[in-house]
Amino acid sequence: MAMTEQEILAGLAEIVNEETGLDAESVQLDKSFTDDLDIDSLSMMTIVVNAEDRFGVRIPDEEVKNLATVGDAVSYIAANQDA
Amino acid sequence: MPLRRKKAPAPEQVGPKPKGTGKITTRPGSRHAAVLGVGAYRPRRVVDNHEICEVLDSTDEWIRERSGIITRHFAGEGESVIDMAEAAAKGAIEMAGIAPEQIGCVIVATVTHPYQTPAAGPLLAVRIGADGAAAFDISAACAGYCHGVALASDMVRGGTTEYALVVGVERLSDFTDPTDRGTAFIFADGAGAAVIGPSETEGIGPTIWGSDGSQWDVIAQRDSWLEVRDQDLGWPAIVMQGQTVFRWAVWGMAPVAKRALDAAGVKIEDLDAFIPHQANMRIIDAMAKQLKLPEDVVIARDIATTGNTSAASVPLATERLIREGLAPRGGLALQLGFGAGLSYAAQVIRLP
Repeated sequence: MAMTEQEILAGLAEIVNEETGLDAESVQLDKSFTDDLDIDSLSMMTIVVNAEDRFGVRIPDEEVKNLATVGDAVSYIAANQDA
Repeated sequence: MPLRRKKAPAPEQVGPKPKGTGKITTRPGSRHAAVLGVGAYRPRRVVDNHEICEVLDSTDEWIRERSGIITRHFAGEGESVIDMAEAAAKGAIEMAGIAPEQIGCVIVATVTHPYQTPAAGPLLAVRIGADGAAAFDISAACAGYCHGVALASDMVRGGTTEYALVVGVERLSDFTDPTDRGTAFIFADGAGAAVIGPSETEGIGPTIWGSDGSQWDVIAQRDSWLEVRDQDLGWPAIVMQGQTVFRWAVWGMAPVAKRALDAAGVKIEDLDAFIPHQANMRIIDAMAKQLKLPEDVVIARDIATTGNTSAASVPLATERLIREGLAPRGGLALQLGFGAGLSYAAQVIRLP
């Protein structure tokens, strides 16, 4: 069953917390991964791979650079989950 | 199930028939092979991140965070790949306790020997006193040394040579764009070597290896020599798509490491050391996490003060673990090389 955007956000926040130690509360839709959350490219890749596992999506490398904000990632996952 | 092929009809015999009087015999090799000695050479010149940032738009902190590299070595002026290989090889031969003339084959793994031909191997053989040995280079980038160990161990067991020298050597500072934020702080120079020879018990497990040419461009010399010549493009540095390499290395190579353990019949908790290619500290850490390495397995982290020396990194790291007493001689180590061409090779070895 497809997850709601709220559920995806909560799951993503857990993944970000696991990788960076950032408080899950700070992972909000409008936050930029690099500018607001200070997540570098290698941590981003770890988050992407863990998100793929958790949400059953495939996020190709060339797509990762388009995921500037948490909201971008949530929308991408919502649109592509269990595809 | 064995592959079944339709038998092709025998071609019509043309020309002379075989004499049929000779019969080929083979030369038996040693039942087992082992790494008998390792040697290393780190150029005298130490380059810290501040010096890198005199040209590169970056900071010491940024470089440490993203790579774990604090310092690296750059070769001196006129110090060639062969010079560095010679120094490392002598250390390996000394530890192995053999005479150089016993070496029947010299294999040099490098991507920075600046001659299209001849290979570095033949001149190295002469330099170390292994005159007349078979000698050649292999190009498998950061996986080159582990490819060399695969070839050498099979040669020793196959009877092609009694002793082989495998050297990983790079002078990457010649092929790095000092302004490239993806590579300038990563690549470095150095040489590591191993003598592979016969052994009473097995010292080198089966090699798990492969490549992915569909990702040929992920780590690559930017332009071919012909493009450089014909289009006046300037010196072709090595470029890298870091994120893609990171994903492949961590999540692609952890299963390779497990397969190498399985093939050798060794459990992860039997290991004394894990010696991955020193690509980036973040890759090493993430890989160790993926592998769920027990805490008592020493992880090679030579990259901090040596940088990424491509083909040289695994033997350099191995030599340090032994010299500094961090890993026990006679212990089991899993070594894993991976890099350009998305080539990889892994095997369990017994430390000399």
